[in-house]
Amino acid sequence: MGSIKEKRNGQTLTVTLKGEIDHHSAVKMRSGIDKLLEESRPSTLILDLGSIEFMDSSGLGLIMGRYKKMNELGGELIVCNPSDSILKIFRLAGLGRFIKIQTK
Amino acid sequence: MKKTDTKSTPINTLKLTLPSLSVNEGIARTVTAAFCAYLGPTATDIADIKCAVSEAVTNCIVHAYKNTVGMIYITAEAFSSSTVKITIRDKGCGIADVKQARVPLFTTDAESERSGLGFTVMESFMDKLYVRSKIGRGTVVTMIKRLGNAATE
Repeated sequence: MGSIKEKRNGQTLTVTLKGEIDHHSAVKMRSGIDKLLEESRPSTLILDLGSIEFMDSSGLGLIMGRYKKMNELGGELIVCNPSDSILKIFRLAGLGRFIKIQTK
Repeated sequence: MKKTDTKSTPINTLKLTLPSLSVNEGIARTVTAAFCAYLGPTATDIADIKCAVSEAVTNCIVHAYKNTVGMIYITAEAFSSSTVKITIRDKGCGIADVKQARVPLFTTDAESERSGLGFTVMESFMDKLYVRSKIGRGTVVTMIKRLGNAATE
């Protein structure tokens, strides 16, 4: 249902999320990303949402949780390529006020 | 928006009963979206419905039937005005304070990274949202949305 793919470039870790993010798939995605964060302790985490077909508010929880993690590591989080429907959910949460969002 | 006719007899009905397993979140929203397809929804309508249903079903799993498994009863009714009425019912623990539960960012489960935006999403993505709940008896969430270009007439 949902999967992740990673790419490292120096201090930057890019994680591409694929498929659907809901409460069911978020658990696995979250532990996958956190494992990568523990291993590489990057200064920048980029979450690429370009291949996400569906996301509900569980995805917000996932993103906000990783934002906190990156803050603890003293790094930053960038979220890129969200679809229009994902942007709609971001707006409800006012996510853009504290997380860097890059659109296509 | 034109007056909806959700008090009249529906032209089509879907009934779906699923146990509160997280794998059923995807099944619930996909089946409900498929039911709405012939009413001429826009792509945005379908995305909105999927999201709203996903939120309601997740609430049943995470909150209503916390640490247990119970049944989730989903009904979708289609009306001739291209309006859909979706009801998601559980027989779980109930919500003590519905008004508080509907406040954006409110959550009783901060540890599991819940955003507290479930009801906010349902309210924003659908035209109407009604929540009835009784402690120890369960919760009924009713959502109404007019679909397609008819919605903007």
